[in-house]
Amino acid sequence: MSRTTDTRRGFLKMGAALGGTALATPFIARNAFAAAEPIKVGCLLDMSGALGVSGQPMLQATQYAVKVLNDQGGLLGRPIKLINYDTQSSMQLYTQYAQQLALKDKVAVVQGGITSASREAIRPIFDRFKTLYFYNTQYEGGVCDRDIFCTGTTPAQTVSHIVPYALKNWGKKVYIVAADYNYGHITAKWMTKYTREGGGQVLETDFFPLDVTDFSSAISKIQQAAPDVVLSAMVGANHLGFYRQWAAAGMKAKIPMASSTFGLANELNSMDASVTNGIVSAYGWYPTVNAPETTSFLDGMTKMFGPNLPMLSELDSASYEGMMFWAEGVKKAGSIERMAVIKALETGISIDGPAGKATMDPATHHVVHNTFLAEAKDKKWDILENFPASPPADTAAVCNLLKNPRTDKQFVVEVN
Amino acid sequence: MDLIGLVGFNVLVGIGTIALITVGLGVIYGMMKIINLAHGEFMMLGAYATYVSTSHGINIWIAMIIIAPLFVGLVGLVVERCLIRFLYGRMIDTMLATWGLSLGLIGLMTSIFGNDPRGVATPVGSFSIGHYAASLYGVVIIVVALLSLAGLYAMLRFTRYGLIVRATMQNANMAAALGVAPPTIYMSTFALGAALAGLAGGILAPISGVSPVMGSAFIAKAFITVLGGGAAIVTGTSLASALFGFINIIVSFKSTPVIGEVALLVAAVVMIRILPQGITGRFLRRSL
Repeated sequence: MSRTTDTRRGFLKMGAALGGTALATPFIARNAFAAAEPIKVGCLLDMSGALGVSGQPMLQATQYAVKVLNDQGGLLGRPIKLINYDTQSSMQLYTQYAQQLALKDKVAVVQGGITSASREAIRPIFDRFKTLYFYNTQYEGGVCDRDIFCTGTTPAQTVSHIVPYALKNWGKKVYIVAADYNYGHITAKWMTKYTREGGGQVLETDFFPLDVTDFSSAISKIQQAAPDVVLSAMVGANHLGFYRQWAAAGMKAKIPMASSTFGLANELNSMDASVTNGIVSAYGWYPTVNAPETTSFLDGMTKMFGPNLPMLSELDSASYEGMMFWAEGVKKAGSIERMAVIKALETGISIDGPAGKATMDPATHHVVHNTFLAEAKDKKWDILENFPASPPADTAAVCNLLKNPRTDKQFVVEVN
Repeated sequence: MDLIGLVGFNVLVGIGTIALITVGLGVIYGMMKIINLAHGEFMMLGAYATYVSTSHGINIWIAMIIIAPLFVGLVGLVVERCLIRFLYGRMIDTMLATWGLSLGLIGLMTSIFGNDPRGVATPVGSFSIGHYAASLYGVVIIVVALLSLAGLYAMLRFTRYGLIVRATMQNANMAAALGVAPPTIYMSTFALGAALAGLAGGILAPISGVSPVMGSAFIAKAFITVLGGGAAIVTGTSLASALFGFINIIVSFKSTPVIGEVALLVAAVVMIRILPQGITGRFLRRSL
């Protein structure tokens, strides 16, 4: 009897000791392994659906940036680990995965969002859960929020050059076609503003939801209005049909077109030259930019992903720059803690992106960037004009985060 | 004057487009009361068949008019044998099965081709109506739609096979008693419907672009037109596409394409309320 008790008691003691050690080990051993624990970076991009063709190379550019950083030894001695979710061009998945990245994966920063609608859906989520967020897509400008950094170009850097070029070379009567959501509406307002400032006249503005594929009535309406110029802010795979149907109706030769979104979805490769030739655009980077950083970026991407890359665009160079800006902020702050990195980025950091030097503007959290005006010619972008160190003047006119750090909204231009 | 001509032409093209995407579904639904939710994906397969053929240098007309329907007809045959055959008379089950089929086809094409949209160049140029330009391809769509409806009518009316098909449609048991095997007829009509869907996909490929999810843009309109048309395949499809196409294009022209779609749907709702059996449930009841 006593021997059984002894054995059982002994067994229980030993079991408790072992169990206690097993439970305690992670806490003891963690400090020993913490140095190698990777820094988690989140990525929310569309790999499928209407925006998939733009999202895939953006992810590749982000992965390439992570590789470049890891090859340099990571950040603060730790490797970087990219966690990306395919949001499938669905707003519901954007909000769902945004919460997951903020709460479950607890990432240090999120790089992502393509459409402005997706950005406005996830920005409040990251504000609420205090996750740093980089939005790397060219957009309509005006976002004034200390928790977000926007590396994409805005109308003051792009549309402000497209419209005067169109008015000067083609004529004063403008017809605007745009996607029917916040980006399309606000960009159409900027196009109207710049047209009127240039002495032109907007005959009509037409909006199309992202799933419209039949543009025959739209093209008939444009013909009836007889403009000198068509300005396009169409978005997504379904709207590519507009360019095809425009060329099929023989309008290509009659009315020239400029666009703030054409070229971001591999159009020059997937469409015939008869559809794309002559369309003018302006972005912060083109693969044909004459700079050593462009060559090294393209070489690096080709080496990592093979020669069958789609035609890269500003979306991809800005995704790369988003990671690089964040990395510089982390290095300067010496930590991945959100506020420290924000304050470091607000000292005016510059990096070398594929288009050359880019500087983060402390007051607006947008980027002073080299921008270019180009025309599509024989399936390549022929750069017509260069605008070095173009400032984000549209956002800067209404937003100063140094003076008012608590601002948290998107300003919209007023045009009546 | 020119504007009326242009809008009139667009209306005809709109009607032709709807008729083209509907006729395949009309054959399948009209014959066997099968709700084929994979109809859009059959069109997508036809578009991809055209894209692949033209990238290998085959003449685009042959690709669109011969290869696409043949290929999708064969696919339809296989699908019928392996999937639909077991589900006749079970409407909800066929909806589920064909929905799963559509998801599977989308996934398959995405794995093979990726999901970026491809293009097929439009083979004809433009012409002018007064001083407006219009695409000659619209004429192609109208012609193909007319020919498919006319060909279907001729087949049903004048051939022995058409007679057998109509008999099986009216009363399968009686047809069986007279020596016709209904399962074989169902198999061939499913393949015919699939082939017509493939033809529609091939013809529409230059306009809408080719991507794995392109089918979803067409399926709703096709179903609305089939149900609005009623039991008669050819007459119902023609009348319903004429009505809906007209409303859609006119309203799109007057305001925006969104309102045009809304108008089409409102018209469909009103029509189903007034004529629950579709147009040919009430008028022209015994036509083809």
